[in-house]
Amino acid sequence: MRAFIITIALAIGPLAALAQKLPDPVPANEVFSAQEIGRALSAPTPQAGHTAASLANAPADDGQWTMPSKNFASTRFSALTELTQANVRNLVPMFTFSLAVNKGQEAAPIVADNTMYIVTAYPNYVYALDLTQPGAPLKWKFAPKPLPASQGVACCDVVNRGGTVSNGKYIFDTLDGQVIALDTKTGKAVWRVHLGNISKGETMTMAPLVANGRVYIGNSGGEMGVRGWTTALDENTGKLLWKAYNTGPDRDVLIDSQFKPFYPSDRGADLGVKTWPPQAWQIGGGSVWGWITYDPELNAIYHGTGNPGPWNADQRPGDNKWTTGIFARDPVSGAARWYYQFNPHDEHDYDGINEQILLDMPFAGKMQKVLVHLDRNGYVYVIERHTGQVLSADPFGPVNSSKGVDLNTGRLIVNPEKQTKLGVEIRNICPTASGSKDWNPSSFSPQTGLLYIPHENMCMDWMSMQVNYIVGTPYVGADVHMKPGPGGHRGELTAWDPVLRKPAWVVKENFPLWSGTVVTAGDLVFYGTMEGWFKAVNARTGELLWRFKVDSGIISQPVSYRGPDGHQYIAVLSGVGGWSGAVVSGPVDPRDGSAALGMVNAMSDLPKYTTAGGTLYVFALPH
Amino acid sequence: MYSRFPIELAALAWLILSGCRQGALPALPAEQPDRQGVIDSALDPGVDHSLVTIDPRAAAYYDNADAVNTGKRLFGQYNCSGCHSNGGGGIGPSLMDDEWIYGGRLEQIHQTLVEGRPNGMPAWGGKIPDEQLWQLSAYVRSMSLPATLAAQTGATPSQSPAPVPRAVENDAGWSAPPDTTNDYTTTTLGPK
Repeated sequence: MRAFIITIALAIGPLAALAQKLPDPVPANEVFSAQEIGRALSAPTPQAGHTAASLANAPADDGQWTMPSKNFASTRFSALTELTQANVRNLVPMFTFSLAVNKGQEAAPIVADNTMYIVTAYPNYVYALDLTQPGAPLKWKFAPKPLPASQGVACCDVVNRGGTVSNGKYIFDTLDGQVIALDTKTGKAVWRVHLGNISKGETMTMAPLVANGRVYIGNSGGEMGVRGWTTALDENTGKLLWKAYNTGPDRDVLIDSQFKPFYPSDRGADLGVKTWPPQAWQIGGGSVWGWITYDPELNAIYHGTGNPGPWNADQRPGDNKWTTGIFARDPVSGAARWYYQFNPHDEHDYDGINEQILLDMPFAGKMQKVLVHLDRNGYVYVIERHTGQVLSADPFGPVNSSKGVDLNTGRLIVNPEKQTKLGVEIRNICPTASGSKDWNPSSFSPQTGLLYIPHENMCMDWMSMQVNYIVGTPYVGADVHMKPGPGGHRGELTAWDPVLRKPAWVVKENFPLWSGTVVTAGDLVFYGTMEGWFKAVNARTGELLWRFKVDSGIISQPVSYRGPDGHQYIAVLSGVGGWSGAVVSGPVDPRDGSAALGMVNAMSDLPKYTTAGGTLYVFALPH
Repeated sequence: MYSRFPIELAALAWLILSGCRQGALPALPAEQPDRQGVIDSALDPGVDHSLVTIDPRAAAYYDNADAVNTGKRLFGQYNCSGCHSNGGGGIGPSLMDDEWIYGGRLEQIHQTLVEGRPNGMPAWGGKIPDEQLWQLSAYVRSMSLPATLAAQTGATPSQSPAPVPRAVENDAGWSAPPDTTNDYTTTTLGPK
C-alpha cells in the first residue's frame, strides 16, 4: 500500500510542479489592421529610386565586422558571396568556444585584423581569438571584475550588447558602469573610466558607438528611477567630452538655440522639467541602453531614449520629455538638433532605444535621407534625417494600444481603452511591455530593399500600482502578465518593405525572436531562436534553407566575415537569457507569471526547450 | 529501486555511528550556550541536525497570520517585489522555491535583510524597523510553504500566505529530496 502511494506521488508530483499553463493568445479581432492605423504623408513612389545606404554611411565591405551594427548606416549587410542559397545547406561548425558564463549573451562577435573579440554577460569577460590559427586559440582574456552588487540593479538579466574595435582598441562597458578600452594586441587596458553609479541604479549594457575619435555611450536603469544620459568620451583617453541628460532643464539636456524640433509640441523652454510633476524628472528614466548611430553625411548622431519612470503613469502626469523619443545631436558638442517623441506620457514601457537604420529612400517622388526606427510601440517609423519629420508610421506587429500616428502633429493617437490605470487591470494590451520588438537589431539588404525585423508577437495585462521611490531599488509600480499575440506564436521574422510600407513575407516562430539578424549578398538571412536553432532563410521568400541546433537559446547578434583563408564565416553566440529568457538563466520560478516584470507569464514553457549556456559558434562551408 | 534501501540504511547507520564518535571533540562554537543568533548549518548528513541556537526574537513570528499578511503588504511597499516579483524572482532570485542561498530559517532570512548580500541584495538594517524586517522574513518564508503554494490561483502566487509553522524549523534530519524529473521550477542558481 505504501509503495502504491509513493508511486502515485511520483506520478503526480512532476505534473503539479510543471510550469503554469500558458495564457490564451489575444484574439485577432482585438487588434487593428495595418490599413486602419498605418499612415504616410505620400503614396509609395518606388519608381523614384533604389533604396540603399549611402557609401559614406556604409562603405564597401572589407570583410571585417568591427562594430556590432557593421557600419554607421547600421545595415548589418555582408557583401560576401561565398555562401549562396544553393550551398548554404552544407554549412558546418568550424570551431566553438565556451564563454564560461551561463547568462544571456546578447553581444556581436567582433572581427578585426584576423582576430575575433567577444564580451560576455556579467562578469563581462573579454576574449580575443586568433583566427589565423587552427581552432582559433585564445590570444588573451580580460576580466574587468565589475562590482558583484551590480547584478542587483540590472533589470533584465546581466547582459552586454557588445564592444567595438577602433584604432587598435577594443572598447566596451561593464555592468557596473565602467567603460574600458583594451589594447587589441595585448589585452591590457589603455584606459578605464567609471561612469555609472550602481547605488543609484545605474548600470551599462549597451554597445558603445565609436566614431570620429569619440565614444558615445549611455546608462541603463529605466526600471530603477535613474535619470538617463548620453555621453561622449575621447577615444584615446576616456576623457569626458560632454554629457546630455534626457530629463530636466534645457542646459542639462544640451538644448540651446540650435534646437529645431519639427513638431510644436517639442518646442518651449525646459520641457524636461515642465512636462513632469515637481522634481519627478530627477528620477524619471529616459535611459540610453540601445543603439546610438553616427551619420557622417549629416554630421549627426541619433539616439533613442528609454521609458519614463515609474511604469505607473498616474504618478507622472505630463508628456515626460525627453523620454521614449529620439534625439539628433551634434557629435562634437552634444547639442540637440531635433527630437521626436514616439510615446508622449508612455503608459506601456515602450522605450525608444531600438536601432535606427540610415537609408536613402524614395518617398513622395524623390530620394530622401531617412532613418528607419522600429519602435517598441509596434510602428515602423520612417523619419527625415535633416528635420525629424515623420514621413510614415505603419504597424509591423499587432497593435491596439494606439490608433496610428497623427502625421500633422506627430503625436501617437493613444487608444483610451488600453490606457493603464491605478488599481485596474487592463487586459489584452498589444504590443506588450517589451514591445512589438525589443533591442535586437534588424538588418537591411540593398539587394532586396527589405528590412529583416526580428520581433515579438506578444500582448499583456497590466495593472498600475502606487510605488515608492527607494534609491537603488526598482521603481516600477505595475503588475504585468504577458501573453501570446494573435495566432499564439510569440515571435516573427518580418521582411519589411519600407517603400511599399508592407511586409514581403513573415516567418512565425514559437518563441519571441530576441536575436538580431544579418543579411548577406547571397540573399541569406541568418537569425537564432530562443530554443537554440540557428537558421538561414531565403532573403526573398523566407524559405528555410538551413538550420543547426546549438547548446542554448540564441539572443545575440550574428555576424558574417571573411577569414584569413579568404572564406566566408558566420559567427553567433548562444546563451539564452535577457528579459525574455530570464526564466531559464534566472533563477526565476515559472510558477509566478508576474516574475521578470510579467515576462514569465508568456515564457513559462521555455525551460522545457532549452537550458542556460554560452558558446561561440563559427560556421563555414567545408574547406 | 527498493533493493537499494538496505544499502542506504547501512550507509546511514555508519554515518550516525561515526558521528557519535565526534563526542570526544571539544564543543563547537555553535554549541556554546552563550552564543545566540548565530546559526551554524549542519553540513554533515547523518549527524545531529537539530538547531543549536535560535534567535529568541524570531519566536513571535511563527504561527502568526498577522506577521505574514503584514509582511506581504510591506513586501510591496518596500519594493521587494520589484526584484523578487510575487516570489518568482527576476532581478533577485526566486523565493517560492525550496533553495535557500543564505539559509531559510526565519533568523537567517532576517539576517539577510539586515546585512544585505554581495550579489545585489541591499542591506536594510537601520533603514526598516526591525519589527517589519521580521514580518518580511515571515512572509518570505511563507512563500514556499506547501499551504501557500496550494492556495495559488491563477498566475500570481503568494497572495494568501500561510503562517509559518514553528515545526518547519524542526529539522528531522536528512531525507531524500522530492523527485524533480521534469520539474521545470528547479532552477540552477548560478552565481547568485
